Amino acid sequence: MKIVRGAPNHEVLDLNYPLVAAALERFIREELAQRGYAKAVVAVSGGVDSAVTLALAARALGPENVHALSLPHRDSSPESVAHARLAAERFGVALETVDITPMVEGYAQQTPDLTPRRKGNVMARARMIVTFDKSEQYRALPLGTGNKTERLFGYFTWHADDSPPVNPLGDLYKTQVWGLAEHLGVPQEIVHKAPTADLEPGQTDEADLGVRYRRADVILEHYLKGYPDAYIVGLGYTPEEVALVKRRVNRTHYKRHLPAVALISSTAIGEFYLRPLDFRLED
Amino acid sequence: MVRHALLQLKPEKGRIGRNLEHLQQALLNLRDEGVDVVVVPEAYPTGYFLQGGVRELALEAAELEDRLGRWHAAHYREPLDLVIGFYERDGGSYYNAAAYLELGGRGLVHLHRKIFLPTYGVFDEERFLDRGHELASFTTRFGRAALLICEDFWHTVTATTVALQGTEIIYVPSASPARGFGSGAPANVERWATLARAVSGEHGLYVALASLVGSEAGKLMSGGSLIAGPEGEVLAQAPEFEEAALVADVDLDRIPPVRYDNPMLADLKAGLPLIFPELRRLVEEL
Repeated sequence: MKIVRGAPNHEVLDLNYPLVAAALERFIREELAQRGYAKAVVAVSGGVDSAVTLALAARALGPENVHALSLPHRDSSPESVAHARLAAERFGVALETVDITPMVEGYAQQTPDLTPRRKGNVMARARMIVTFDKSEQYRALPLGTGNKTERLFGYFTWHADDSPPVNPLGDLYKTQVWGLAEHLGVPQEIVHKAPTADLEPGQTDEADLGVRYRRADVILEHYLKGYPDAYIVGLGYTPEEVALVKRRVNRTHYKRHLPAVALISSTAIGEFYLRPLDFRLED
Repeated sequence: MVRHALLQLKPEKGRIGRNLEHLQQALLNLRDEGVDVVVVPEAYPTGYFLQGGVRELALEAAELEDRLGRWHAAHYREPLDLVIGFYERDGGSYYNAAAYLELGGRGLVHLHRKIFLPTYGVFDEERFLDRGHELASFTTRFGRAALLICEDFWHTVTATTVALQGTEIIYVPSASPARGFGSGAPANVERWATLARAVSGEHGLYVALASLVGSEAGKLMSGGSLIAGPEGEVLAQAPEFEEAALVADVDLDRIPPVRYDNPMLADLKAGLPLIFPELRRLVEEL
């Protein structure tokens, strides 16, 4: 008798990327339209997340309706600037460059003890200021580029990278963003380089995080779906990796929420008074 | 033959007047199709996710009947049957409801209030709505029908119950956020098709599923409306995510021969008394 054995169950991160792309394009169009917009602003860092966002926006809205912004500081890596240009060229989107050095240095000059990490966060927030001002100038809505992995890790500058009102990639792990990037034709040098926030010279995400994205994403997906640690370890991950991933998630829940508000009444917003963000009454 | 049109439309959140006009325009566009019954998704007049806004936007069934009835009278000479999902206000109670309206005829023929209110994951219905408590089939101009709303249909005991009541076609207004992008279609769309095929094939009846479309703050309602026939086959299916009218003929005369060759419903009637004591014991234990 033939014995057929079932393989141990595990979650699969691979997606049907053409289907995902079509859904995200529709998401961008409809969420912008619901807010009265037909154009988008995308701050392009030279990394894969913003390149994918730019590609989706160009497909959703037409390249002529997308404003790509390159927002370098003088300490930014030349490769980041070159890759931002490359992404904009690949997807036919005009790229506008605004040098944020004077904004950042204006503050830095008054702050002699500004550490490199703090200065990097000032850069990220300066980029947010420019992006929202360009939004108003062009009547184009900023698109967020943060992925699910960095959101779960809290690995982003609070009130900067997370501030755009519409984010197509926020439910995709980094591994899935890479897969989507291949489908969308993001230039290979952008897809295959080491991810970096480029807030400090030589910085890489995976060195900061202490775990590889492709390993972290599998751990995250199993953790979020309720698999016990031992099960995840049984899939080939170390107890240290599992612990690190869980620690990062559980130390950063506040970064994924609006501020804590002292509850005084029975009409506290978001506690008792609950309306979805697209709620409205007929005019 | 009963010609059906399943309208998977995209409402604008909270804009009831605009959304009813959008529906009316869609109906006028279908005028030459000779449609007998139109099916409109769950919560269409307002959009699905309202949270506490249900209190501000729910309609009385009579109000909905009146608005659509007056419009119908101004545009049609023949009756038109319309199934529509909506948030219903009845005194101080609020329901996720669906109405079967015979416009230009008997008016409100049947009102179903959703029994299974999903309150998990992305869903939060029972926090804001009351549960329906009745499950009844009813007679239309064309045959015996029943209404089930979204999760009502995910518990096959509901379809079994209305099948035992003599239902020939189950209308299912739904609103289903797309999730699970690992295969050819979103996993929820595949699940709906699997369920519709299983239920229609088991009981030898038709299932008409009308599923909402549109992005509601990032939740992409999936569409993929479908009609399944008494042999468990998908007769027609609308695309995902985009507005569409799925027009298909339902031949209720197919049901008797299909049930004769595949007498699952008759077998159920024969076997149900054998398992009923155990079912009753389980219910009494709850």
